[in-house]
Amino acid sequence: MQAIEVDHVSRIYQKYSSRHRFQTFKSALVKGDLFRALRPDELVTALDDVTLSVEKGQTFGVIGENGSGKSTLLKLIAGIAKPTKGEVRTQGKISALIELGAGFHPEITGRENVFINGIMLGLSKKEISAKFDEIVAFAELEEFIDAPVKTYSSGMYMRLGFAIAINVNPEILLIDEVLAVGDAAFVPRCLDRIDDFRRRQKTILFVSHDLNTVGKICDRVAWLKSGRVQRIGEPKRVVDAYLQDVAEEQERSFERRQQEPAAAPNGQEERRENRWGKREIEITRVSLKNARGQERRVFTPEDSLVVEMDVVAHSPADDFVFGIGLFNSQGICCYGTNTQLEDYEAVSIQGEGKVVCRIETLSLVNGTYYLDLAVHKRDGYPYDYHRNLYSFLVSSTHKDVGIGRLAHGWSFSPGIGIKPPQS
Amino acid sequence: MARIFRNLKELYRYRVLIQNLVVRELKARYRGTVLGFLWSFFNPLLLMIVYTAVFGLIINPRDPAFESKPMIYALYLFCGILPWHWFASSTLESANVLMINGNLIKKILFPAEVLPVVTVTSNMIHFFFGLPILLLFILLMGRPLTPYALLLPVVVFVQYIFTLGFNLMISSLTVHFRDIKDILSNWLTFWFFATPIIYPMTFGSIQNSAPLRLMLNLNPMTHIIQGYQYCLFYGGLFHWKRLGVTFLVSLVFFAIGYMIFDRLRDSFAEEV
Repeated sequence: MQAIEVDHVSRIYQKYSSRHRFQTFKSALVKGDLFRALRPDELVTALDDVTLSVEKGQTFGVIGENGSGKSTLLKLIAGIAKPTKGEVRTQGKISALIELGAGFHPEITGRENVFINGIMLGLSKKEISAKFDEIVAFAELEEFIDAPVKTYSSGMYMRLGFAIAINVNPEILLIDEVLAVGDAAFVPRCLDRIDDFRRRQKTILFVSHDLNTVGKICDRVAWLKSGRVQRIGEPKRVVDAYLQDVAEEQERSFERRQQEPAAAPNGQEERRENRWGKREIEITRVSLKNARGQERRVFTPEDSLVVEMDVVAHSPADDFVFGIGLFNSQGICCYGTNTQLEDYEAVSIQGEGKVVCRIETLSLVNGTYYLDLAVHKRDGYPYDYHRNLYSFLVSSTHKDVGIGRLAHGWSFSPGIGIKPPQS
Repeated sequence: MARIFRNLKELYRYRVLIQNLVVRELKARYRGTVLGFLWSFFNPLLLMIVYTAVFGLIINPRDPAFESKPMIYALYLFCGILPWHWFASSTLESANVLMINGNLIKKILFPAEVLPVVTVTSNMIHFFFGLPILLLFILLMGRPLTPYALLLPVVVFVQYIFTLGFNLMISSLTVHFRDIKDILSNWLTFWFFATPIIYPMTFGSIQNSAPLRLMLNLNPMTHIIQGYQYCLFYGGLFHWKRLGVTFLVSLVFFAIGYMIFDRLRDSFAEEV
């Protein structure tokens, strides 16, 4: 049985131009275009012909970038917004965790707010009275429940909001990113509650940026992109497809941002302070590639980084060193080496050639990195020094921090109860 | 029309919410003050004392319509000002109510008309708190309290429908035209003086001028306020025909207001 059916749904938002924003009632009356003024100037399609269905008892994830229409979809299912085209059918009582504690009144006590919020979410007074202690206990607010809500910290506010919403005991639970703001102790308890829901065969629609959680708790996942369903299916595969798309997208936008130094015509005089040297030996072209030889600007820590330099020696030389340095965005040198340090002995160079430095496993944490490339004499005299002219991005689902991603593993003695990550 | 009835039925399902929001509104209003709930009585009492002082000691009007006594005039004034205050403050609050509660409209599923209904209702309750003060002064001034005072609920009902209809329209239009708020405060001042609150219809200058009489009679609030004055001040039966017509006009206002509100409803979540 389907708990949620979204049938060819489109949602078009009306966007009003800045002219309209300052449109006043007076001027509308004067110009006699009251009803024209109520018409929008521009239409924005938030959802475009979306069709999906969620079976009863299923936990369904929705992923996608910001602005891809996830929240709009949730609001349509919750009934807060109406589809412009198509139809949304739901079966059973819905509770939407879109914003926790929406509708709390700051001046009145937590206790009174629990009742009013509960009624707004569709509980009767009796039901709230019956669940009141449980709600307060879950929110850990026994001491403060009779204080005005304005005195609550944002964490207390959120806990109370979650505690009420989860106790509405709906058939369908809609969750929009609300766990992102919880503190470290509260989030696992929320997830426990959600697990509890799953065991009781309730339907959950889960919108999140936290792909790990999505992968862990969802039975099926839909990926929205610019208002369209890009893919629906088994979580792991959809998340992977999404990640790949994000990486490609990053790649493209990164390339747009880059000024390609290699595109500058050769032989130009000192183009900027980031490049110096008389260029008796010149680096004419640089490309960054992955293990398969594809040019890339975005890498994962597990990728190889292959730096290829086209070099030209305008006159024969026997004193030359090739060097490479990797800097992170704080300017910290993550790694640096050159042929001299590694005891390569320069013999001769003349005309065109190619130098390849292959880093087998990048092993860096997420971030933007800059490359120094140079060819110089053994005593440091620069032929051609490129300072921070090339950059690339390391992007992954890992959350570890630091400079390098050191190869590592964990192990625990049997007495320690700890679950490995799933997936 | 059918839509309005459907909406009203839906609204009835939310009566517990409305009731709780009204209570919340009343509780929150004086939360943190020393006298708390007593302010609901003190405000009209102080207002009454101010009127009595100003008219009894300073302006000192001696019109035969008020037994040539300034205190009686102050009482007359109070009969009109209390219900007018209900109307005016509901209207001003309604102009803001959707914006202030934008968070609710965007995040929680419930009919938005609950909000203006709560505004009008909680202001009505405030009006009720002023009534005992008014009755007290009526007795203190030696005016008779007649059984016609029992007809008060009829007048209250007409005003409720009229105010709600007007406020539904105002609250939904303000979402799109923010400057209605500013127009409104000026408009309400004008409206106040165009309603027989500080003067009675029986004044010769009004009775002798047909256009003035027509203008006042076309104002629905004239008949509503007069209804209160008849029930409480004059102690007689109100012009039931005029009030009946006013009731029909109020129903039309309500229908139009609700229709506008309903038409703009879907834009609230985006615009507030």
